[in-house]
Amino acid sequence: MNAPIKALEQKSIEQRPWIGASVPRPNARRLVEGAAVYIDDIRLPKMLHICFVRSQYAHALIKSIDTQAASKANGVVAIYTGADLMKRVQPMVATLAHFKGMKAAAQHCLAVDRVCWQGEPMVAIVANSRHEAEDAAQLVIVDYEELPVVTDMETALDENAYVIHPELGTNLCFERVVTTDTYDDVSAKADFIVERTFRFPRHTGVCLEGRSVIGDFSAPDGRLTVYISHQAPHMIQDCYARLLSLTESAVRVICRDVGGSYGIKTHVYGDELATCAISMDLGRPVKFVADRAESFVSDIHSRDHRVLMRMAVNKDGAIKGISFDDRLAIGPYSVYPRTSVVEGNQIVNITGQWYQHESYHANMTNVYTNMAVYSNYRAVGHPVAVGITEGIVDVAARTIGMDPIEFRRKNLLRDNNFPCVTPSGMKFEGMSHEKCLDKIIGLMDLEKLRKEQIELRKKKIYRGIGVISMIEITNPSAMFYGVGGARISAQDGCTIRMEPSGSIVVLNGTGEQGQGTETVFAQIAADAVGVHMSNVKVVGGDTDATPYGGGTWASRAAGVGGEATLQAGLALRENILKLAAVVLETKAELLDIRNGNVFDRLTGQERTTLADLGRIAYFRPDTLGAFQAELCVTRHFVPKDYPFTFTNGSIACHLEVDVETGFIKLLKFWVVEDCGTILNEQLVDEQIRGALVQGIGPTLYEQCLYDERGQMLNGNMADYIVPFPAEMPDIIIGHVCTPTKSSQLGAKGAGEAGTAGAPAAILNALNDALTPFNVELFDMPFTPEKVLRSLGRI
Amino acid sequence: MSNINVRFRLNAREVEAQTDPRMHVIDFLRKNFELSSPRVGCEHGVCGACTLRVDGDIVRGCLMLAVQLEGTSVETMEGLNVSGEISDLQQAFHERNATQCGFCTVGMLMASQDWLSKAKTCSRSAIREHLSGNYCRCTGYEAIVDAVYKVAIARGISSVKEEV
Repeated sequence: MNAPIKALEQKSIEQRPWIGASVPRPNARRLVEGAAVYIDDIRLPKMLHICFVRSQYAHALIKSIDTQAASKANGVVAIYTGADLMKRVQPMVATLAHFKGMKAAAQHCLAVDRVCWQGEPMVAIVANSRHEAEDAAQLVIVDYEELPVVTDMETALDENAYVIHPELGTNLCFERVVTTDTYDDVSAKADFIVERTFRFPRHTGVCLEGRSVIGDFSAPDGRLTVYISHQAPHMIQDCYARLLSLTESAVRVICRDVGGSYGIKTHVYGDELATCAISMDLGRPVKFVADRAESFVSDIHSRDHRVLMRMAVNKDGAIKGISFDDRLAIGPYSVYPRTSVVEGNQIVNITGQWYQHESYHANMTNVYTNMAVYSNYRAVGHPVAVGITEGIVDVAARTIGMDPIEFRRKNLLRDNNFPCVTPSGMKFEGMSHEKCLDKIIGLMDLEKLRKEQIELRKKKIYRGIGVISMIEITNPSAMFYGVGGARISAQDGCTIRMEPSGSIVVLNGTGEQGQGTETVFAQIAADAVGVHMSNVKVVGGDTDATPYGGGTWASRAAGVGGEATLQAGLALRENILKLAAVVLETKAELLDIRNGNVFDRLTGQERTTLADLGRIAYFRPDTLGAFQAELCVTRHFVPKDYPFTFTNGSIACHLEVDVETGFIKLLKFWVVEDCGTILNEQLVDEQIRGALVQGIGPTLYEQCLYDERGQMLNGNMADYIVPFPAEMPDIIIGHVCTPTKSSQLGAKGAGEAGTAGAPAAILNALNDALTPFNVELFDMPFTPEKVLRSLGRI
Repeated sequence: MSNINVRFRLNAREVEAQTDPRMHVIDFLRKNFELSSPRVGCEHGVCGACTLRVDGDIVRGCLMLAVQLEGTSVETMEGLNVSGEISDLQQAFHERNATQCGFCTVGMLMASQDWLSKAKTCSRSAIREHLSGNYCRCTGYEAIVDAVYKVAIARGISSVKEEV
């Protein structure tokens, strides 16, 4: 890169006090005082409230909807059906051009004539309060005619299977094969083929704050303001503008505090869109907050895979080939605008690619079913890709009688062998698998644990150790969505301005939901400009205020939004120094900025302050002659060198299985992560811990259970089990640092690796613990019942 | 059904309001008193986001009816911010990043303070046990346990050795 690099490199470590410091988040103070502002805390004048009547059936024709009694109920202002909103809201069809052959049916914001999953919104009751809207919803009479239900992905593509959308002619949404075309040949040459079937349960995000939105349409201004609990403000602006037939500038999206998101809140949901359409119709603000019961059946679900995984290995431990067939059950529609096939697509792209191998054959099949809608959730596809790879690696090692760590050392990509292109076509810039594996083995003291394991087995205490290696897609380029036609920005923009007082305001389009992105932007800006971090204010989450940005998904915020911040900050620094040079009648290159003061670079003498320069630039520009100060600059950044910036790492799990009860006790986890330049170690570590526990959930507890009629059986927090504190272990974290060269900052993402790797680490530890019984488990979640069945105890 | 009048102390002030008999405490406090710190998370007593104090005990606001507040003393985070009772705990949560999205945080702080005010000895597992009625999807809990432990030691609660 050009000049800005030099500017940063010229500064010594002492002059970069903020990047890398574990400073607390300035914007978290309001959280610990209970003063955060989530959607339900926003109260607008004349605001109305919505309750949706949702389908009780997984698949049925709507013969009639009788809203007469409901419309007379207390407090009811208006009632809308799907048919009522068809004139105002365009249907959504979520396909992307780079997913060749993908088929998707049009989805209305509220069901029209037919419902396709239990929980699909059908009727909106608008009332003065949510309580009154809920009361009235009870009075709506829907006459259904039940239709056959598709819930089994294994039979959904059979010749005689009922087809959910006749216009598609099939329940097949999308299939893709990635192959080097030689798998059969190589398999024939390998000494062993190991094969296992893995299952990953359908599960969901359980954000503590339900999805929520306020549509506030001002008829005189012709403008819709959308307050929404969401991760991608500009995507919502674009989608809502087009679906509601407004111009882009007529939609302002504001995302304030967001009470958990994890990918659940990166999508367009029909009920949220309908809320805004209704605000346009009524000319009043309308609020919708999903309650827990409706969240379980209307938030996107994810995973739900059956994978047949095979690995061809030689006696000496060399991996020759990898092959798998992944079938996954999505819901009845492809979710707008990201689709429902990215999960499977990631899996065929990345499975096993961190190991040396010659041949690769991956096949995945996305099948429509009458279950809740399905799309991207934290670590999209990765828990499956890492789970089947690392699971089969341990099986292979056991089969040939090799230590699983030694097997990995033999086959992992070498740290000194980057950049490289993998058999599936992934381009890797730089990784540190060997360093990470060495570091984690040291951290956990593997030798000691192995000895202890042997001793304890004599006392009938069964402990297991699982160690895995992994990769994660972060910092995606436009290859992720843009090339397929999705109007989702891979680029982030940042505007930084110096105020008259010398303080700095950072306007960044990326946003934050508690990860700490605003904090690292403040750290970066403080160092780039040369001010104390307390003099930096970050503004985000408002499409009227910030440059265009992509939002938070695919672990992109720090790496992409952070680089835009760095470049904007360095450009502002340059402009400040030009101003200082005019004021001080010297040359800009002889000056530097530290802690809000301008110094002589050679003598170290303080020459002036940013506050004084601000006063002159804003209030006495008459003293600057022909010079025009520019103390507000904007820069954009999008990764271009590689389609994705991959991170890598190792995770280890230590657990104990109670063979009498089937309960699995997690004793400890270790994680070594390489996310490039670390901007704030505490924030990185807490992303890793939080993500890891989110990965533990569906490995041991979480599953959306459905019956054959498509009814979700456990849509509440008593029956759908999430991780709580007592069952969770402490997590020890270490770092290896291989900065990406595709940006000056060098930061890769860190938000999803824990979720990606935890299932594999637990699976391997569990099967290690069960070795004395000669049984294995590959069907998640690993409930006590499954453990006891595998042991033949029930 | 007609509304019922409820008189109680809210954050050290005598208050009075009319409520629908079916209204739970959280909706009541949010709607009638425009408080925002009590959060609605699950409304069936599992997640703990609505934890607040009634007559000195922590309760789940979603499992208690507003009419049951008659004659009680209710404390929410708005009140604790003013009294400064848990400023050390809030500081520890902030410094240790024991909050991410923040939605569970008020309930976590309430449950943590309940434990801190009663604990004779201190261990990480005891903290985990006590907080097991509070759900956090973001942090994975370790930072929360660290913050509470740190405050426990600072408040003079003696630590006990943990079973390995």
